[in-house]
Amino acid sequence: MATETIEILDSDGVNRALTRIAHEILERNKGVEDLALIGIRTGGSYLATQLQQKIVEIEGSDILLGTIDVTMYRDDLASRNNLSVGLTDIPFPLGQRKIVLVDDVLFTGRTIRAAMDAIMAIGRPENIQLAILVDRGHRELPIRPDYIGRNLPTARNEQIKVDFDDKDAAQAVHLLRN
Amino acid sequence: MFFNPKHILGIKNLTVEEINFILDTAESFKEVNTRQIKKVPTLRGKTIVNLFFEASTRTRTSFEIAGKRLSADMVNISASSSSVVKGETLEDTAHNIEAMHPDIIVMRHSASGACDYLAERLKCSVINAGDGTHEHPSQALLDALTIRQHKGEIKGLTVAIAGDVTHSRVVRSNIYCLNKLGAKVKIAGPRTMLPPGLEKLGCEVHHNLKAAITDADCIMMLRIQRERQGKTLIPSLREYSRFFGLNDSNLQLAKEDAIVMHPGPINRGVEISSSVADGKQNVILEQVENGVAVRMALLYLVSGGEKLQDN
Repeated sequence: MATETIEILDSDGVNRALTRIAHEILERNKGVEDLALIGIRTGGSYLATQLQQKIVEIEGSDILLGTIDVTMYRDDLASRNNLSVGLTDIPFPLGQRKIVLVDDVLFTGRTIRAAMDAIMAIGRPENIQLAILVDRGHRELPIRPDYIGRNLPTARNEQIKVDFDDKDAAQAVHLLRN
Repeated sequence: MFFNPKHILGIKNLTVEEINFILDTAESFKEVNTRQIKKVPTLRGKTIVNLFFEASTRTRTSFEIAGKRLSADMVNISASSSSVVKGETLEDTAHNIEAMHPDIIVMRHSASGACDYLAERLKCSVINAGDGTHEHPSQALLDALTIRQHKGEIKGLTVAIAGDVTHSRVVRSNIYCLNKLGAKVKIAGPRTMLPPGLEKLGCEVHHNLKAAITDADCIMMLRIQRERQGKTLIPSLREYSRFFGLNDSNLQLAKEDAIVMHPGPINRGVEISSSVADGKQNVILEQVENGVAVRMALLYLVSGGEKLQDN
């Protein structure tokens, strides 16, 4: 079957969405004090790096950045065929800190559940917020993002693909329809 | 990446991609061991049986800690406290354990091939923790991980291994592993301790320690198994130590940044002098540390995904 590809966001669109999310994060948290970004491997960690740059540009002060791999916390071990486990790298204590979890696409919410468990296993943050580039619906768990780049109602069998360039910067978002 | 092997029986039947994937996975699991709360829920609800027919502290403890850090339930069975002493056969013991539905059996046995024998007959995964003089895959993998962490890449390195090769499953697994990863392996030992045809495994054979360790990047010393052949294969431990022991003076023949490894337990003053065993080039305790991470990776990888075939 032929696959139809529809562009949802181009590189300017991604850029604007991330800029807005950066402003929203700063507004809601009143600056960067006690704040840290944690990206979910691999798409989310690329986006978290981009958000970090934007926040530094806007606010003029640095913000902590970490990466988390949720594979060890997933609930689909037996049915999963890609068994790669990436490195978790959170070089700061989580206690008393406000964490913004960053991922590219929010779908069933299971990855976010795993990420929250992973963070809680490492420390006790003051709160966890969620920033997402594309929310495509179909939640299977009571999870709601705080910062959304684009709301996009989809059918279950469609796919969302976020393209990154060779410098790991998000270039475009596509919808793949069979 | 997909990981097909259901059992880990030896390095010989793993591909280079699979070996590298195990090492990469172990790197990621290593981080868990440095956390304040050293536990992840990855293997929650899995039952792992440590079935040890031979004495072992390091390997058994390492597998047990690995399983527990992944939240699996670990059960330890050692031969001295099991029905084996009452005359039960290996196969019967294994079928009885299988009737309790474990997911993985980690086995050490004095007979070469015992793990392959079980893997053919059981439904659960089997991990070889050392079988006779055949293989000890998790040891070779933790050695490779340690070398990789120090040298960056294994390809192109020269690794010298010295000691009783005939009775060493560690050597056999290491020769397979290092060859597959592109290292040059040099073996040294007295003629009584080197099996005929060793060259066919793809290594250089020396009867002189100095020749083997000259310009080596890594030196792996093997334990003289005093309880077994120490008495008959060599005239005396003192003589062995003089010709095949690693000490400060012959260590200088190796590269300046060479690392010294030992699978343990070490016999100080026999195959390795105390000053080398405690010296700044030794990475012996790092090997032990990496052992837990490698075993976490093995337990995880044989548990995950739908295995297409039986081995």
